[in-house]
Amino acid sequence: MVTDTPASVLDRVRQNVQEVTDPEIPVLTIADLGVLRSVELIDSEVVVTITPTYSGCPAMAHIESQVRQAIKLAGASGRVVTVFSPPWSTDFITVAGREKLEAYGIAPPHPAAHGSAGTGSTVHIRPAIRCPQCGSTNTKIISEFGSTACKALYQCQACAEPFDYFKEL
Amino acid sequence: MADPHELYTFLLRVGDDNLILAQRLGELVSWMPELEEDIAVANVALDHLGQARNVLTYAARMAGPDASEDTLAMERSEREFLNAVLVEQPNGDFGQTMARQLFVDAYQVPFYEALATSSDDTVAGIAAKAVKEARYHLARSSNWVVVLGDGTDESHQRMQAGIDAMWRYTADLFFTDETEEALQQAGILPSFDNIRGTFDDTVSSVLARGLLALPEDPYQRIGGRTGFHTEHLGHLLPDMQALHRANAGASW
Ligand SMILES: [Zn+2]
Repeated sequence: MVTDTPASVLDRVRQNVQEVTDPEIPVLTIADLGVLRSVELIDSEVVVTITPTYSGCPAMAHIESQVRQAIKLAGASGRVVTVFSPPWSTDFITVAGREKLEAYGIAPPHPAAHGSAGTGSTVHIRPAIRCPQCGSTNTKIISEFGSTACKALYQCQACAEPFDYFKEL
Repeated sequence: MADPHELYTFLLRVGDDNLILAQRLGELVSWMPELEEDIAVANVALDHLGQARNVLTYAARMAGPDASEDTLAMERSEREFLNAVLVEQPNGDFGQTMARQLFVDAYQVPFYEALATSSDDTVAGIAAKAVKEARYHLARSSNWVVVLGDGTDESHQRMQAGIDAMWRYTADLFFTDETEEALQQAGILPSFDNIRGTFDDTVSSVLARGLLALPEDPYQRIGGRTGFHTEHLGHLLPDMQALHRANAGASW
């Protein structure tokens, strides 16, 4: 019989939870996205901490139930805690996550600008976004909002393909 | 020590601004002038709804064991809503919708920036998240106000009409009373002194770029923060609450 140490249970939970994917961008796991903050053992209970990408992200309820399922499948009992602080930023998306995004056809986010003043600048100075299809940086924004809150819609001027850009936040 | 009731009242003021605006913006889905704007308005509505849910979920913890974000949103009546009267105003035409949005965004950016320094970790965390969304909303609404204001004769005239119609409801955004005062004295809320100045600077710079002006009429309608609304909220609520009230306790 295998002895189940708390550490091995925690390892199994971590393994399972790290594989939970975002329902809207299924190539990304919540670990790639930076939505998964921690998996800890607190008073012999597994506590998984997650953080939402956007305040109204409709995927969070689904992610939370998937995480609960992952804890259960690891044979553990535990709970899921949602925290807002520090606020999620696209800078939390891992290098592996960025590569997966581009391979999936979504241009990965540029580094987020911090502490912009509240003066409503209408000029969005953004580095050129690279087309995930052909690699050209000759692209233009079509809409500030794409298929989900976290994406903007772009079009490539070189290959004419429209594509999503994961907005820096 | 501030009364928990004061924090509750303050949270309703913040949550209701976002909930009622989300409902108004939701009315526009499938009615916007182009597909991209349809998606944009739905996304902005979703951000406001998310902010409302986070704030009202926290408020519900102070309202007894049976309270939840749903009971607060769906089971209160008109006089119990504490949103500023601006957000309940009808969508009107695209110019009026954008004027209302510009005023809300220009207020929410400095408001959330201040709130993010609250000594209450939950309030600070919700605000730090929301301010990023508010900045993005402000970039979009100021863009549209400038484009329409500095556009054709008709777009200019209608954008100016939207500004004229919505301006009289803006002072209500800044209304505070002993609720905020007590929370500030208790060290829970930061000072809100700089919010109005930042709002005025933002609005006047955007309007100047759009060749637009504020109306001369100084009249301002306030009262929303203490439950005295314009006639429009009474028509919005039955629409928003009908499903929940007809199917109490339903979930899906
Ligand atoms: Zn291309």
